[in-house]
Amino acid sequence: DVGRSCILVSIAGKNVMLDCGMHMGYNDDRRFPDFSYITQNGRLTDFLDCVIISHFHLDHCGALPYFSEMVGYDRPIYMTHPTKAICPILLEDYRKITVDKKGETNFFTSQMIKDCMKKVVAVHLHQTVQVDEELEIKAYYAGHVLGAAMFQIKVGCESVVYTGDYNMTPDRHLGAAWIDKCRPDLLITESTYATTIRDSKRCRERDFLKKVHETVERGGKVLIPVFALGRAQELCILLETFWERMNLKAPIYFSTGLTEKANHYYKLFITWTNQKIRKTFVQRNMFEFKHIKAFDRAFADNPGPMVVFATPGMLHAGQSLQIFRKWAGNEKNMVIMPGYCVQGTVGHKILSGQRKLEMEGRQILEVKMQVEYMSFSAHADAKGIMQLIRQAEPRNVLLVHGEAKKMEFLKQKIEQEFHVSCYMPANGETTTILTNPSIPVDISLGLLKRETAIGLLPDAKKPKLMHGTLMMKDNSFRLVSPEQALKELGLTEHQLRFTCRVHIQDPRKEHETVLRVYNHLKGQDYSVQHLPDGSITVESILIQATAHSEDQGTKVLLVSWTYQDEELGSYLTSLLKKGLPQSTA
Amino acid sequence: QTELLDLSTVDVILISNYHCMMALPYITENTGFTGTVYATEPTVQIGRLLMEELVNFIERVPKAQSASMWKNKEVQRLLPAPLKDAVEVSMWRKCYTMPEVNAALSKIQLVGYSQKIELFGAVQVTPLSSGYALGSSNWIIQSHYEKVSYVSGSSLLTTHPQPMDQTSLKNSDVLILTGLTQIPTANPDGMVGEFCSNLAMTVLNGGNVLVPCYPSGVIYDLLECLYQYIGSAGLTNIPFYFISPVANSSLEFSQIFAEWLCHNKQTKVYLPEPPFPHAELIQTNKLKHYPSIHGDFSNDFKQPCVVFTGHPSLRFGDVVHFMELWGKSSLNTVIFTEPDFSYLDALAPYQPLAMKCVYCPIDTRLNFIQVSKFLKEVQPLHVVCPEQYTQPPPTQSHRTDLMIDCQPPPMSYRRAEVLTLPYKRRYEKIEIMPDLADSLVPLEIKPGISLATVSAVLHTKDNKHVLQLPPKPPQPPASKKRKRVSDDVPECKPLKPLLSGSIPVDQFVQTLEKHGFSDVKVEDTAKGHIVLLQEAETLIQIEEDSTHIICDNDEPLRVKLRDLVLKFLQKF
Repeated sequence: DVGRSCILVSIAGKNVMLDCGMHMGYNDDRRFPDFSYITQNGRLTDFLDCVIISHFHLDHCGALPYFSEMVGYDRPIYMTHPTKAICPILLEDYRKITVDKKGETNFFTSQMIKDCMKKVVAVHLHQTVQVDEELEIKAYYAGHVLGAAMFQIKVGCESVVYTGDYNMTPDRHLGAAWIDKCRPDLLITESTYATTIRDSKRCRERDFLKKVHETVERGGKVLIPVFALGRAQELCILLETFWERMNLKAPIYFSTGLTEKANHYYKLFITWTNQKIRKTFVQRNMFEFKHIKAFDRAFADNPGPMVVFATPGMLHAGQSLQIFRKWAGNEKNMVIMPGYCVQGTVGHKILSGQRKLEMEGRQILEVKMQVEYMSFSAHADAKGIMQLIRQAEPRNVLLVHGEAKKMEFLKQKIEQEFHVSCYMPANGETTTILTNPSIPVDISLGLLKRETAIGLLPDAKKPKLMHGTLMMKDNSFRLVSPEQALKELGLTEHQLRFTCRVHIQDPRKEHETVLRVYNHLKGQDYSVQHLPDGSITVESILIQATAHSEDQGTKVLLVSWTYQDEELGSYLTSLLKKGLPQSTA
Repeated sequence: QTELLDLSTVDVILISNYHCMMALPYITENTGFTGTVYATEPTVQIGRLLMEELVNFIERVPKAQSASMWKNKEVQRLLPAPLKDAVEVSMWRKCYTMPEVNAALSKIQLVGYSQKIELFGAVQVTPLSSGYALGSSNWIIQSHYEKVSYVSGSSLLTTHPQPMDQTSLKNSDVLILTGLTQIPTANPDGMVGEFCSNLAMTVLNGGNVLVPCYPSGVIYDLLECLYQYIGSAGLTNIPFYFISPVANSSLEFSQIFAEWLCHNKQTKVYLPEPPFPHAELIQTNKLKHYPSIHGDFSNDFKQPCVVFTGHPSLRFGDVVHFMELWGKSSLNTVIFTEPDFSYLDALAPYQPLAMKCVYCPIDTRLNFIQVSKFLKEVQPLHVVCPEQYTQPPPTQSHRTDLMIDCQPPPMSYRRAEVLTLPYKRRYEKIEIMPDLADSLVPLEIKPGISLATVSAVLHTKDNKHVLQLPPKPPQPPASKKRKRVSDDVPECKPLKPLLSGSIPVDQFVQTLEKHGFSDVKVEDTAKGHIVLLQEAETLIQIEEDSTHIICDNDEPLRVKLRDLVLKFLQKF
């Protein structure tokens, strides 16, 4: 479902709520998420470790004051700086429309918005925020609107990435979403445009400019209903540059209040916009428009062509609706709807082809002006979603924020291409995903160095078997060498030693016998040493020769080894028992 | 001094603040350096402005020829005073150019505060706010078990940047402390007050004020103070000029780094309003900025006025013109605020001067009182600092308070000295794959302590270690393909474990008898016992920590005895 985003993630014992949106289409309790899903009885504060808001659109943050102040939640809420700046303004605006204009009660107040914002902790991009000892979150650029971010939530080795809304193609004012190869266990991605692969942005822009230009040329007025932040700025930049290039004179206005203020936010948060704007802002701030001026109510009746950006975007109230009523009767004029309209709004009605509208007081408004729809909303399309999955390499994918049928299609595509499991739970449904975390333990540096040193010598690439003892003590895991484990436990090693006497017929002197043995063994794969005291070591096995006490022609070879050399010792004994080859010496 | 180390062996450079990167092109260009440089975005942007200004100032006075003969030691000896005493002149290099600056800056990777950056899988570095300048950072360099903090150019005062992050510096094994205040005796707040009153006095008497300064940093705070001050001091009609090739950029950039500013300024941005009041000064035409004294400035120039310009050394830049212009009148004042240069040295070539000189160095970096408070707060195991911080300044040798005082005493380093940090690494992290973990059988040896013997394949990649289940013993090669696979299988002969424990003789003898040895004889010795199997001519010495089986010709018997002994021992 598009709208009312709110996702609860339980990861390794931590509970994180992602977004807290409301539904534009409803006017009753259904507009807010049902928080009783989280916990039936008991306070939300006890249950949730933190709340993360991805961006300032109301379908992602609209229920926040209701949630934190009316339901009750006191832990931190994380969002980026621009979101923190803009969010309360949109909330206040939304509150005004609902309460002051529609006269609804049981809604949050201005004070609640302020109190709610006090709980907000602003985060930088790529900053790792340590929510508590184990839980950390990190924001990535999402490019959907100013300050939109994707969040990585990590506990130990398990992690989830939540994308919020994002856009993989840079537009006129924002850059493209980006994430590193963080290999999360789960990627929760929006899927608004799950099946669409949109035509090139350039085409749509050209189309838009052509329509505006034609209307203005024939002396008509163009109304563009927008929401204050986001598309408005992109379209403003587009028209501004076009006007400059074509040297057009017709005035462009944007409705006062929010939009003007919004441009100011863009100026101050210019670091969040795209490369080009950031590079050139000292010479020319893209958000200081030369051709676009503030709108005054009286201008609507001015003769001659003009272009007006007015809020709100769905023509359901306010200035855009007023202007619409004034201009609707003239077929020379045009209204361009740049975004999605919710059912029930005037915007939705005229887009679905209705030309006779019933206004308040049973007035009938006949729409003669041209109506155009153009999708400029900055969501990732199917290609973009696949691209993000390729970037992040998740082990599982979960689709949200989309229509079921389209998601089903995308789900199959993802499973085919990436061979990862993909989920698409309905609202209120819980999906459980098993992870298979490796266990981090501490390894003593001595052991590690010893092992890597051996491993590196013959063939660095060849995997090497290592041995160690894992000590588990008060929840800590340490891998140490067996010797160290014994020592730390205060135990002494018990040495198990074997000695075999091998009788060899050899009339020569003892040291010559030893030499023969030495020569015999030297050819093998072991490190054989002839020690000055007349004994031989093979690795750590000791061989000594003595003359037999009774028979000088028989020499006794003492072979002695520890349990650790069991195989080699046993092998050598049997080798020596076979007797020595005839010496050539 | 690049001879000290081979720069091509440097992998990473961490930059603390924009003042600390002015030599970057000398290091990254034409030295074989191929590593990465890390810095925050404001550091890079403002650093670029500072370098741009420097290059611009130097290139304005082109020299047709550059003399280098005088650098010869024999010639230098004969030169007049300051030149004669200059040390290591052969090291003096020409200023870099803009292409070199751009090339150097392109090697920088942007990072944000508290961002964890993995380096080669071995260490993690994290920049933290240091409170000194826009984007200035302290760095934490840590592995899983060791933590080294590099604290350079930090400030605990509330000025425009984000306050210093102290909590993240806690529990450091080693803390490297440098970049303390240059003027430990001056209180920055008092200096700002003095600055304002001197400025007001001069201007009200009809004189001009010259402030030699860098184009970014303290100037933002000065302008903010003046913004509040001019109303009350009756200076509303006095023009402020800020002359620098990067004046405009600097003022603009300062407004867009909301996330790097202190809380107050951030709240202003949320309104939305520009965080610094100099936006209003510019709007009301009280503050004007020009790229140089040529062009528009000469038309707009009105006296009396206040001029902010560089370079603070008074050796180059537009400040030279103003020194020449205003130096002769005692009505005018030059106010030194930057602590980097001795004001007496700076003024020397301009003497005799009629102009008043005021020295108000504003250095917000840590002083020694703040340092000891800070060290008490973060409690590092060891402190490392330059030698000069461990003794009072040479000019004020009685001021023992002007040195770092902490327990244990700091380790000091000198130029070109290699210091070994007193830290021994003991552990590293390793990951055990889940299937291997499943196969482990822990044994509880002592209450609360369990042991498990691990035999596994160690994979090391990018300094990350992973233990995996050893591959199954290779099956007899069924086809040629199979054979190739088995080539890669390491020798999996498991190592024999270590043994521990002791063998109770009585029980051991009983066991032997149970297994059919009828002629067991036990002899006591000094340290233990000897068990004799007479018929088999086999001897077993049993002591507390060792067992010795002496068995001559009967391998099956030896193996049998071995297994019996092992039953009594614990294996590791």
